Amino acid sequence: MMKRLLTLLLALMLAGPALAQSGPLRLTITDGVIEPITFAVPTFQAENGAAGQVAADISRLVAQDLAGTGLFREVPATAFISQVSSFTQPVAYADWRAINSQGLITGAVTVNGNQLVVKFRLYDVFSGQELGQGQQLVGTVDGWRRMAHKVADATYSRITGEGGYFDSRVVFVSESGPKDNRQKRLAIMDYDGANLQFLTDSSAIVLAPRFSPNGDRVLYTSFESGFPRINVLNVGNVSRQQLGTAQGEMAFSPRFSRDGRQVIYSLSNGGNTDIYRTDLGTGQHVRLTSAPSIETAPSLSPDGSQIVFESDRSGTQQLYIMPANGGEARRISFGDGRYGTPVWSPRGDLVAFTKQNAGRFHIGVMRTDGSEERLLTSSFLDEGPTWSPNGRVIMFSRETQGAGGTSSMYSVDISGRNLKAVPVQGGASDPSWGPLQP
Amino acid sequence: MKMMTRATVLLLALATAACTNPDRFGGAGGADGANGANGANGANGGLAGSANDPASPQFFNQTIGDRVLFAVDTSTITPTGKTILDGQAQWLQTNADYRAVIEGHADEQGTREYNLALGQRRANAVREYLVSRGVPSSRLQVTSFGKERPIEVCSEESCYAKNRRAVTVLSFSSITS
Repeated sequence: MMKRLLTLLLALMLAGPALAQSGPLRLTITDGVIEPITFAVPTFQAENGAAGQVAADISRLVAQDLAGTGLFREVPATAFISQVSSFTQPVAYADWRAINSQGLITGAVTVNGNQLVVKFRLYDVFSGQELGQGQQLVGTVDGWRRMAHKVADATYSRITGEGGYFDSRVVFVSESGPKDNRQKRLAIMDYDGANLQFLTDSSAIVLAPRFSPNGDRVLYTSFESGFPRINVLNVGNVSRQQLGTAQGEMAFSPRFSRDGRQVIYSLSNGGNTDIYRTDLGTGQHVRLTSAPSIETAPSLSPDGSQIVFESDRSGTQQLYIMPANGGEARRISFGDGRYGTPVWSPRGDLVAFTKQNAGRFHIGVMRTDGSEERLLTSSFLDEGPTWSPNGRVIMFSRETQGAGGTSSMYSVDISGRNLKAVPVQGGASDPSWGPLQP
Repeated sequence: MKMMTRATVLLLALATAACTNPDRFGGAGGADGANGANGANGANGGLAGSANDPASPQFFNQTIGDRVLFAVDTSTITPTGKTILDGQAQWLQTNADYRAVIEGHADEQGTREYNLALGQRRANAVREYLVSRGVPSSRLQVTSFGKERPIEVCSEESCYAKNRRAVTVLSFSSITS
């Protein structure tokens, strides 16, 4: 798709300093957030005739992004007392207070040919002032969804003080066909399921794609040769090549280092699976574990100093942390059942994992010392968590039971709230959530 | 606009997908895919012969048995499995023109990565047993499909028991060996 990429210009007016800090339109995202913040998004002004449709579409998507977090609740347009007929007119705060809308987002949209200009403002209704400054985005009409996501990200960010996650993409495995002959292909989409593009055909089984830190490449496991090997795919031109790994019968479960220059993965030889690291620049391989047990699913800490992984060295799958260059590992999972697929959070404080216990699967999080384990989901088969760019949401695969079982992707807040399916046509598994786009 | 006069203007290159057709590969979904068709179900389908002919792959697959089964989360060869593998070893020694890829599999009750590793462990256990019975290791390769290619699709132990398997898939190799 990058062949056909349009390069867009985005002029971004930065928010002013500290004005936001004094207003009460503020949400601290904690486990205790129960009451969503209310907001209104009157349809953005179309500043010329050509902008009508896209102005309406953008307003709806901004509202959908925010409401979709579960942290915000939209006040419907039918409740409005005031109409906003101009982007520059003073806001009638009393009219918005009267319908109990804590936040108000106004905007204006201009279309010239394929150029799209979006301006927006965020108001703290009960404080009677603007939160941050007006901002202007310039892009193309084709890219209108990204413009809406950027408006929503800026709003989320001003109110919560944290980064957003709406203008991001997810790479995953698109599935079709019966359970005993499932066809799998790599696909990429926006975080909300829009703009789906396939990255491979279904001529070979592909598994567990992983984004590079800046989203330019994807590592995945392919059965092209009949033996699991790791491929590196360039998202821009969809070219791919096999990763030169250390010598082994099977290579799988890859992840990039945070600088994107190294890959950690599992290699199997003679029934034994261990963790290795390969430097993409020098081509050098380092073996990081050497135990007769299964060591797999490595994930680096954000500072690059440690690796969390799973091992059955104790007899069952459990989670361990070791130094990034190998060495003594300490076990961090001690609850009932088995633990696998650990993923270090972008903030560094938590590890997300898959837990299997008493015939059920769960997605959970724990602190990196193993304390405060919290199970977020429960089903016949949940697995493979991936973190949103801001570390507040986890996406994962859920497979249903039985002969007709299919896989879909779900997301859930790390509080365990706001569980919902990610809308994708057909089966979908193994999501990897990419970074916020520039 | 007055409010924007003190703002910094940044220029960012925005990459966006302008394509409307999501599929650059022509096919819709898996209809024309051959995902895992190369022996993932251990069918040995390409090789001819009769099950009555002891030198045929059919005899190997059906009369001797091309697969052994495993208990939950183990790679130990069972007594029944040893009998089958003894037959496989004998056949492979008699029919030296054949090579084999041993494919390990797991049931769906496990995470993807772990099941790949577990399948490899199972396939390797079969390889080691065959080698201990005199089959040259150079004729045997191992791979694992983890839980990706079940042969039974129900979510009950009756199906899981058949999916926890290692299948010896023959290929005729006199040309290459």
